[in-house]
Amino acid sequence: MTRPSIVVDDLTKAYGKFRALDHLNLKLEGAKCVGFLGPNGAGKTTTLKMATDMIFPTEGRVLLNGESVRGNRERALSCCGVLIESPEIYPSLSPKEALDMAADIRNVPAAERKRRIDDVLAEVKMSDWADKKVGKFSKGMKQRINLAAALVHDPEILILDEPATGLDPRGMAEVRDIIRGLKKRNRLIFMSSHILQEVTDVCDEVALINHGKLLFYDTLANVTSRFSGGQSAVDASFATPIEVGISRVGALQGVERVEALDSTRLRIHFSGGPGVQKRILKDLVALDLDLVSFRESGNPLEEIYLEQVTKGD
Amino acid sequence: MGRPLGRVLKLARSQFKEYLRSRRFALTIGTVAVIGLIETAVLAYYRPTSIISNPVTFYSGGWGGPIDYLILFAAVIFGADAIAGEFQNKTGYFLMSLPLRRSAIYAGKYLAAMTASITMIALYLVFLVLNGVYYFGTSAFPWQLGASFALSLVYLLAVLGSAFLFSSLFKTSTYAVLVVAVLFLIGFSILQAWVTDLVRIEPWFLISYASGVLADIFQTPYPPHTQTVVVHGSITSVTLTVTAYTPTVIEGLAIMAGYFLVTTALGLLLFEREEFA
Ligand SMILES: Nc1ncnc2c1ncn2[C@@H]1O[C@H](COP(=O)(O)OP(=O)(O)OP(=O)(O)O)[C@@H](O)[C@H]1O
Ligand SMILES: [Mg+2]
Repeated sequence: MTRPSIVVDDLTKAYGKFRALDHLNLKLEGAKCVGFLGPNGAGKTTTLKMATDMIFPTEGRVLLNGESVRGNRERALSCCGVLIESPEIYPSLSPKEALDMAADIRNVPAAERKRRIDDVLAEVKMSDWADKKVGKFSKGMKQRINLAAALVHDPEILILDEPATGLDPRGMAEVRDIIRGLKKRNRLIFMSSHILQEVTDVCDEVALINHGKLLFYDTLANVTSRFSGGQSAVDASFATPIEVGISRVGALQGVERVEALDSTRLRIHFSGGPGVQKRILKDLVALDLDLVSFRESGNPLEEIYLEQVTKGD
Repeated sequence: MGRPLGRVLKLARSQFKEYLRSRRFALTIGTVAVIGLIETAVLAYYRPTSIISNPVTFYSGGWGGPIDYLILFAAVIFGADAIAGEFQNKTGYFLMSLPLRRSAIYAGKYLAAMTASITMIALYLVFLVLNGVYYFGTSAFPWQLGASFALSLVYLLAVLGSAFLFSSLFKTSTYAVLVVAVLFLIGFSILQAWVTDLVRIEPWFLISYASGVLADIFQTPYPPHTQTVVVHGSITSVTLTVTAYTPTVIEGLAIMAGYFLVTTALGLLLFEREEFA
């Protein structure tokens, strides 16, 4: 089996003078999940729509497994599962019928179809609704069926635009499980998302764009270490108010700055790696200030995201 | 290549299934059934000798006249929003996520609309033939009925092709339906009257003119291509010489085929360039 690949080659989309996407280059290859980040209007959906020939590039092209999407959308998309813009399914169809149509057009052999459909419906937890009409479904239920339709032929490549849109917290967790499962089976997932926790949880790599331009594309691990500049922060909570204790915490070795979040919570900024963090924890316990919790503050990806995105504005 | 065609048929089948389930199909079939039942009842009650004396006049009045409207109705119902509706209802994004060429989507939807329309006119034909059998027995089917039915299918091809062209021009169903309905039910008649009465040429470029063959085929002998009629104005006492045109069958077929080919080529060209923004 060849390695699945998505090549975005000098992709540009202009609406009049405005460039929704400006010469984007990306080369994704192999079994992994790539998170596609960027603020509202950055050009994520624009990119994914061009990758599936829903809209046409002004310049550049996209190759899916080496096949040009614009050249032959039928062949390029046959190895691909797509979920963009939360489509509506014909309201008079049941999930089973809609999936059967999708599987049939994707040439899933009739003998396998029933089993595949049952499997994906179970995967998106919609088995109980398999024979009801889609027309009356809630937004999140429809999104689950759309996700099932993207998975029904077990594609090598998945292109997902905010797949967790409209899903409840459990649904979001289920999407994460599905994506983890796909990675294990040598699938390439390219997924836009605003949920940085989700990206941190399931993505191996992240690409960040803003104003139609790529800011960076790298592994999640590299991004975190490259951009955090050695600066980190932890949040500490105490059982009792600690007004007087703040200065003592600030004086600990390695601590740069202490921020009081409220009367019992502190954000401790420090420089250095896990070694420093470990020593601060030890010293903090030794201060005997009724410490009850100590954990990394926020999401490093979130800080990098905010820093990079605001820098360009 | 067999596979793209296979996908067109698969899409057509699922779209047709969608039509069968839809409320609009039920309403359309219901409407046709009601028309058929009323015709049956009126015939049975009044027994108009002008109609039930002769199978040719019976089928001429029952098929040759109304079929034009039924086909236009079918085109408005099944064709006008076929493409525009995909945009308006966002179902197009579902189709576009599948490995289908735009031309395959267009062709699949066209085939499904064609099948739904044929189902509708076939139902009307069943009512008519049942009445015909009742009044004339099972052996009195004039050849003109078969000929007119065949011509109706060609006419349907052309009208649906035009409806699809307008459907690809709009991304809102209402506009597409409105334009197709106004154009076919009123627009072409106005144009045709204007062209024949004022410009005084043969309206060879109008599909409504070609549709005349569906009814004309029942006449024996077939009406002459041109007829000059002298009209005396009763108020102005002016005498006018008017030329009435009747398309020949070949001419009618040529116009219909032309409409089908040109509108389908244009519609495909438009849809190929349409973005699902
Ligand atoms: N059809 C269109 N005509 C003009 N401008 C458009 C069109 N579609 C998108 N744009 C513009 O392109 C830019 C990128 O939009 P896009 O939908 O790709 O953003 P996004 O990154 O997906 O944002 P979000 O996170 O809100 O989904 C936006 O500024 C948008 O206004
Ligand atoms: Mg978007």
